[in-house]
Amino acid sequence: MNGGVNGVALAVFVFFFVLVTVMGFRAARWRKAENEHSLDEWGLGGRSFGTWITWFLLGGDLYTAYTFVAVPAAVYAAGASGFFAVPYTILVYPLIFTFLPRLWSVSHRHGYVTTSDFVRGRFGSKGLSLAVALTGILATMPYIALQLVGIQSVLDVMGVGGSESTHWFVKDLPLLIAFGVLAAYTYSSGLRAPALIAFVKDGLIYLVIAVAIVYIPLKLGGFHEIFAKAGDALAQKDPATGKPRGELASGPDAQWAYATLAFGSALALFMYPHSITATLSSKNRTVIRRNTTILPLYSLMLGFLALLGFMAIAAGIKVDNGQLAIPQLFENMFPDWFTGVAFAAIGIGALVPAAIMSIAAANLFTRNIYKDFLKPGATPEQETKVSKLVSLLVKVGALVFVLGMDKTVAINFQLLGGIWILQTFPALVGGLFTRWFHRWALLAGWAVGMVYGTLAAYGVASPTQEHFGGSNAAIPGIKETGYIGVTAFVLNVLVTVVLTVVLRAVKAPDGVDETRPEDYTADAPAPAPRPAASAGAPGGDAGRPDDDRPEPVPAP
Amino acid sequence: MSAAPPTPPGRRPAGAVITPTRVLAGLCLFAPFVGILWVGSYARVEPELIGIPFFYWYQMLWVLVSALLTTVAYVLVRRENRDRAQQRAEAGDPR
Repeated sequence: MNGGVNGVALAVFVFFFVLVTVMGFRAARWRKAENEHSLDEWGLGGRSFGTWITWFLLGGDLYTAYTFVAVPAAVYAAGASGFFAVPYTILVYPLIFTFLPRLWSVSHRHGYVTTSDFVRGRFGSKGLSLAVALTGILATMPYIALQLVGIQSVLDVMGVGGSESTHWFVKDLPLLIAFGVLAAYTYSSGLRAPALIAFVKDGLIYLVIAVAIVYIPLKLGGFHEIFAKAGDALAQKDPATGKPRGELASGPDAQWAYATLAFGSALALFMYPHSITATLSSKNRTVIRRNTTILPLYSLMLGFLALLGFMAIAAGIKVDNGQLAIPQLFENMFPDWFTGVAFAAIGIGALVPAAIMSIAAANLFTRNIYKDFLKPGATPEQETKVSKLVSLLVKVGALVFVLGMDKTVAINFQLLGGIWILQTFPALVGGLFTRWFHRWALLAGWAVGMVYGTLAAYGVASPTQEHFGGSNAAIPGIKETGYIGVTAFVLNVLVTVVLTVVLRAVKAPDGVDETRPEDYTADAPAPAPRPAASAGAPGGDAGRPDDDRPEPVPAP
Repeated sequence: MSAAPPTPPGRRPAGAVITPTRVLAGLCLFAPFVGILWVGSYARVEPELIGIPFFYWYQMLWVLVSALLTTVAYVLVRRENRDRAQQRAEAGDPR
C-alpha cells in the first residue's frame, strides 16, 4: 500500500503460516482412529471432539477472516448499522440451544453427516434433501471465496501481491501458494486439520484484539475522542447521495433493518453446512449445550473488533476499498512485528473456515448428490475418496471465482447465500420438532423463498451498484425497510403451512420417516448424570479416553 | 420463536412435557430476543461508558447477560433431565 514490502511483518506472517502448515499435516495423526477410511473420520473428525476442541473449532469456523475484515469495514463505512453483527451473534446461542442438541442426537443415531441426510431420513424425500444440499453448496462457495478476499487484503497491505501492472501470475502467487497448502492438508487430514489449527488462530485473534482495544485508543486519545471524531466524520454528507455517511446510533428509519438483519442472520447461521459439520463432530449432546454458554466469548471479541471501525475513522484511514481499512489501521498503529502477528491472525483466520467449508460442501455433494443419485451403492471408502476430491474442486472453484471475477461478485453471492440458506430453516428446524409439515409443501415454500429473495436482492440498487446493492428492501404490507432474508423466510413459512393444510386435506402421500421420537433426545454413550466416556456408542468411538476435560491450549 | 424449550413430541411421559423448570428455561432463552430486537430501547448515544456510546456498550453488555441466561437455562435443563433419568431408573425403566 505505502509502496514496498513490509519485511518484518511479512517474516512474522510467514513464520506463523509455516507453523500452521506443519500442524495441518501432522493433524492426520492426531487422535487417530482405527478406521480412517470413513466419512465420519475424514469429514467429522471421528465425531469425537470434546467441549474445548468444539469451542475452538466452532469459534474458528463461525468467526471467519472475512468477518474480521468485513464487520469493522461495515462500521467504518456507515457506523451503527455495521454493528448488527453483534446482536446477531447474541441471538444465535439461545436459538441453537433449543434445536441443535436434537439435530446432534438424531444424526448420531442414524449416522447422518449432513443436514440433507437428516431431511431425507425425516421426510423420506430425496427431492427435498437435494434442494437443501444444493442450497448449502451454493451458499458455501462464495463464503469460501470471501475467505480468499480476507487473505488478499492483508497481503495487499503488506505490499505482497504487487501493483496492477504486475503480471497476474506473480501478483496472485502468494494467494495460490496459501491455497495450495490449505488444499493439501485438508485433503490429507480432513476435519482434524482445521480443528488443530483453530487453536493457533483463535489464540492469535484474542491476543490481537486484546492489544488493539487497549493500545490503539491510548494512541488516539481515548474512546471519547475516537467517537467524537467518528461522529463528525459520519455526519458529513456523501456528495453522491446527499445523505450523511452514517450515524452513531441507529435512527428510527434504520431500526427495522437493524433488528431483522440481526434476527435473520441468527436464524441462518446454523443452517450453513460448515456450522453443522463442526457441530456434528462433537462427541455428545452436553458438548453442544455447554458450548452455547461459552461461545458468546467470541461475540464479545467481535464487539471490540467492530469498534476498530470507529478507530479507523478517527485515525484518518482513507482507503478506496473498505475491506482494507482494518489491515491498514493495524499497519499504521502497530510496530511492524506486531502487524505481522495481526495479519497472521487474519490469514490463518481464513484458512480454518475455508477448510471446514470445503469439507462441508464436499460432504453434501458426496452424501446427497453422489450417493443418492449417481452411485447408490457407494462404500464408505468410495464416499471418503469422493469427498476428498470434491473438497479440492470446491476450493479451486472458489479460487477461480476470486481471481477471475470482480470481488463484488463474490460479495453479492455471499449476500444472496445468506438469504438462500435461511430458506432451508423450515425443513431442518421444523423437521426436528414436528412431522406435521408435508414434504411437498416444504419444497414449495423453499422455492418461493428462494425466488422472492433472489429477485428482491436483484432489485436493490446502491450508489455503486445497480443490482444486489444491499440486503435490505421494503417489507411488503408495512412501511418499513427490512432484511430480505426474513421477508422471504416469512413467505416460505406461510406457503409451507397453507400447502401442508391443503395436501393433508387431499391426503397426498407422505414420505417414510425413518426416525423415532426417542432418537431426538438420545445421548451418546452413558446417560446423565456425569457424561462418562465410551462404552458401546453407536458412532464407533468406543474405548476412547474421555477427552471432555480441558484440552491443553497452546500459548498464542 | 425459541420461547418453548425443546419438548420432544411423543416421548413417554416421565412427567409432563411442560414443566415450571422448562418454562423458566424458555424465558431465559427468550429474553435476549426481546432485549435485542427492540432496537428503539437502546438507540441513543448517552450515557457513555468510558467514552463509548450507549448503543454499543449496552449491546455488548447483552452479550454477557445473554450468556448468563443461557447458562441458567443449561443448568435448569440438565438438572431436570438428571431427575427424570433418576425417576425412570427408580421406576425400573432403564430406557
